[in-house]
Amino acid sequence: MIFLKRQLPLAITFFMGTAFALQYYIPHPVSEDAITNVSKWMQIISGFALLLGIASLFHVHAVKIQRQVPGWGYSLVLYVAMLGTIAVGFWAHGETKVNGAQTGFGWMYDYTMVPLQGTMFSILAFFIASAAYRAFRARSREASVLLAAAVMVMMGRVPLGQFLAPWTWDVTQWLLNVLNSAVRRAILIGVSMGSVALSLKIILGIERSYLGGGKDQ
Amino acid sequence: MIVASILLLLLTGGAALAAPPSLVPPEGFRVLDTPNDAGKSLSLVWKASPADNKDRKVEVWAVESPSADFKKVAEYPANTRYVKPGDFPWWSRPVGQGDHYVKLSSSKAFPIEDGRSYAVKLLVREGDQEVWSDVSQAASYPDRFNTAQVNNLIFALAFTGILLASIAAARRNPHVHLRRIAGLDAVEEAIGRSTEMGRPILYLTGSGGMSDVSTIAATVILGEVAKKVAHYDTTLKVPHRDPIVMAVCQEVMKEAYVQAGRPDAYKEDSNFFITDDQFSYTAAVDGIMLREKPAANFFMGSYFAESLLLTETGAGTGAIQIAGTDSDHQLPFFVTTCDYTLIGEELYAASAYLSREPVLVGTLRGQDFGKAFIMGVLVFGTALATVGVVVQTEIFHYVLDLFKDFK
Repeated sequence: MIFLKRQLPLAITFFMGTAFALQYYIPHPVSEDAITNVSKWMQIISGFALLLGIASLFHVHAVKIQRQVPGWGYSLVLYVAMLGTIAVGFWAHGETKVNGAQTGFGWMYDYTMVPLQGTMFSILAFFIASAAYRAFRARSREASVLLAAAVMVMMGRVPLGQFLAPWTWDVTQWLLNVLNSAVRRAILIGVSMGSVALSLKIILGIERSYLGGGKDQ
Repeated sequence: MIVASILLLLLTGGAALAAPPSLVPPEGFRVLDTPNDAGKSLSLVWKASPADNKDRKVEVWAVESPSADFKKVAEYPANTRYVKPGDFPWWSRPVGQGDHYVKLSSSKAFPIEDGRSYAVKLLVREGDQEVWSDVSQAASYPDRFNTAQVNNLIFALAFTGILLASIAAARRNPHVHLRRIAGLDAVEEAIGRSTEMGRPILYLTGSGGMSDVSTIAATVILGEVAKKVAHYDTTLKVPHRDPIVMAVCQEVMKEAYVQAGRPDAYKEDSNFFITDDQFSYTAAVDGIMLREKPAANFFMGSYFAESLLLTETGAGTGAIQIAGTDSDHQLPFFVTTCDYTLIGEELYAASAYLSREPVLVGTLRGQDFGKAFIMGVLVFGTALATVGVVVQTEIFHYVLDLFKDFK
């Protein structure tokens, strides 16, 4: 059992990790085909894994409805919406349009999913305003510097700001191209090194907690 | 007499004066198998000439079999397709810098098969004049190793060696200093606060799949958080966008509870799937935040536009929020709305920091050596490139190429 739960996954991780790290240096079509095939396998596994997800979703909300926990009505809405969408999808044979005419499935997508997604995305504008208000309160020296930089960048980026103070364009460009880029690159270098180090730890079996359990199991 | 003189001038001297300099065939023209490729392409190289100009055209004529007729497959102005610094490293450059290089890839018009020999010649045309080059032949083959990336491989192996040496050193001397990471120190505080308030803890693993390093880091941190949660007997909720990540997190949490000596406290439905759709997931998690009012929210892994929608809602509920991401474009939103943010590599360092295992801590020292090397190369490379520009020499490219990433 320990072989199946621990040694075999580590051996597969080591083999696949090493193989696909070396794949980067091999331009041969065999190498290209290998990565294409593995990508396809990952898609197939993801497809099957989706069943796990759907089972989890049904189970969690069924329990909520059964026990009538606070907010169980939302779970009922989810069940009705999901089963309704599946039924309409089957009825329309999965097509959103037939001979140019919109099917019920297409109507559901265009008139429920798209507006709902648009609504969620549009909320972002209001959230940015409230987050900016919180961030730009000059409560400390660092926050004051942030506020000054933000005001400068806003001035340099909007036509009115450039009309009132044309020099803000140059200052904005300097802030973005020098200070911002330098910090961003520093973060990216750190991320890259950390990413490579974590990948090596996983390939070599040093980091194995993602398999569940401690190092000595 | 005058007419005779004019005619004589036109026929002899005048004609000689009016004629453009005669075209010469491209010097050093040859066709070769494209180096470091997957096959099905040929490379054409020839020397640059001072007479190259935009009005002079170079036509590529090729033939698939000796019995067939040559056909035109490409045409370029003569003053283009030069090899520039950065196109090839000096150790795998097929032609001198400043000379012409054209890659002829397989196409519908001119399919190239591996292992088959093709004859290619150039036609140089300017005005009414034209001249053919010699015919050159070559076959295309796929390569088994990209020699242009040999420097990359050497650095990768060297970094692996440094990491292993650092781990060995950390095993001998486990007292490695780790700088304080406030976000990770606050994990205990956040869990304690949730316990005191009797509210759940919400843990998100980001929008990436299990192939994302940041998601793996998020699952590793989840294990450490779950151990502490098990001790405190608090409710931990982990909504997911990816069923595979959910399955992994279930195993990680189960083992964490076993290690904490509280296997009975583990609930199978702590990890649950919502949807893989970005904004549907965001709406559902925002709903959980508003209805159940978790006292602590963890946002680990990679995020996109949903980051602010999640964290701003969490901030509105008064939860203590700890984020950790390598998505640099989302960092400003996390920093603004969360109490603590693990920036970039701190996310990867979290498992070492929380567990304090010498083997994991050793890798952090290895990373620091790697960063010190990169910083040294940046300073050294900038100095060399600057001196090269000032004294107008390209000799430093022999050194600078060693640190470049070539495809």
